[in-house]
Amino acid sequence: MTVALEGRPARSRPSLVNHDLTTASGIGLGVSMLWFSLLVLIPLTAVMVTASSGGWGEFWRSITNEQTAAAIRLTVTAAAAVTLANIVTGTAIAWVLVRDRFPGKGLLELVIDIPFALPTIVAGLVLVSLYGNDSPLGLHLANTEWSIYLAFLFVTLPFVVRMVQPVLEELDLEVEEAAASLGASRATIFRRVVLPSLAPAIAAGAALSFARAVGEYGSLVLLSGNLPFESEVTSVRILSAIENDNRAAATSIAAVLLVISLLVIVALDVLQRRVARRG
Amino acid sequence: MAETRRVTAGPATYVLRAFVIAYLVLLVAWPVVLVGTNTFENGTTAITEVFSDPDMVHALRLSAVAAVVATAVNTVFGVTISMLLVRKQFPGKRVLSALIDLPLSVSPIVVGLALMLVYGGRNGWLGPTIEGWGLQVVFATPGIVLATAFVSLPLVIREVVPVLHELGTEQEQAAQSLGASGWQTFWRITLPSIKWAVIYGVVLTLARSLGEFGAVKVVSGNVLGETRTATLAVEEKYLNFDQEGAYAVAFLLASVSVLAILVVFVLRARGTRHRAFERQS
Repeated sequence: MTVALEGRPARSRPSLVNHDLTTASGIGLGVSMLWFSLLVLIPLTAVMVTASSGGWGEFWRSITNEQTAAAIRLTVTAAAAVTLANIVTGTAIAWVLVRDRFPGKGLLELVIDIPFALPTIVAGLVLVSLYGNDSPLGLHLANTEWSIYLAFLFVTLPFVVRMVQPVLEELDLEVEEAAASLGASRATIFRRVVLPSLAPAIAAGAALSFARAVGEYGSLVLLSGNLPFESEVTSVRILSAIENDNRAAATSIAAVLLVISLLVIVALDVLQRRVARRG
Repeated sequence: MAETRRVTAGPATYVLRAFVIAYLVLLVAWPVVLVGTNTFENGTTAITEVFSDPDMVHALRLSAVAAVVATAVNTVFGVTISMLLVRKQFPGKRVLSALIDLPLSVSPIVVGLALMLVYGGRNGWLGPTIEGWGLQVVFATPGIVLATAFVSLPLVIREVVPVLHELGTEQEQAAQSLGASGWQTFWRITLPSIKWAVIYGVVLTLARSLGEFGAVKVVSGNVLGETRTATLAVEEKYLNFDQEGAYAVAFLLASVSVLAILVVFVLRARGTRHRAFERQS
């Protein structure tokens, strides 16, 4: 709360005064910042402070513990792979939703948002019912490494689609038609004309999808079996450290995840400015 | 949504269409439908059993209370912050705008841990002081509300900010030049214009809050009949081989989420029509 509360509005020359808050909006900002600090900033700071209180050696020992390192490796690999898959499938889905026309398309729109609104524990149960031991498809992915990929694909489905879709809707078709009339093939048009305009939106969606996957917990509880060195993810390691009252290990691993989240937020901020959704 | 522009359909269009439909059916639609069919395998007994178990009714009520309180707080906070971010200049605005999105990308387990470190009754930063005032946060309802509010914090803001941007300030300036106060301008001009975005954000927040699992698991203590929420009950029932019960509670939760998506879908279609109309006139 570095904002000085001044009753004098400075509307005419905002460049000379670095804010234009009235008393009411100043109080609004103060109260909001207090709530945001108590709820988000102070608790997350507490994680970083507690993680570093044991010194670098303690922190390094915690995250290089064999089982923890395996969990982090699995989580990051799976999240990266799923994000790459989402870049392709998410763009394809957005393309079909915007450019294609067929009966039942509205239903697909609904299906895309389900993973976002469905409770994660229900998402896990849902996936167990099709890919678990009673699988009607004969696919027994539960309790294997593949269950992690499956759960990540499910929970991150909407991110790339929902970032790309509005940009694709606004895209000017005339440029593509011009390229076509000059003899460019459909593939060339997509690669040279469409893709560059979609790139920031795809990247923003990918960043969100990676962050979501790295921290995922709920959808894996019933699905992955949490087998050490095979299907145990980082969040599960943190939870078992909490349950064993090993605060140093819990906060150290959490700090790693938090740094990843922060990097994603910085990337998102840069990208969203390009997509120009928030000024 | 928007009118379909490309009518020429080559073989690539059909391949892509088939791929997208197959992918979404296998990943989302089919599994979700299975939860419904598994729940009603033996008719409605599974559902009636849930409602006749007082502990389950308590869990459902606790989830609902936490979700409603968290949504109310996040709505007031979200609209205030959105107004400030779009309409005002102040130092640190860009940092705040970026940090607001942080809860979306933090692991729910980390959220729970972070809240424990600050509000834990034994050795949290603020916990012992707050307990001295007679308010237990962690392992009690306030902790569940905090965890729920944390994870759904940015949703209202993400809906309202783009609409505020698009809206511009012309009408607000007109109202103010006619002598309206800041409050009057907000209640009579701004709020009615962002109404649908706010409702949209509220519905998403409610759905997200009701379904929070990881963060609540860490801070609630998961005591049956006291701090066990509906999502925690799904896990508990499934692990105790009460699959039917787990599917029944999951079905109830899933119905609320699907309903929320339907509401948002209808609102969004309405908004698009409205905007298209404005563009024409």
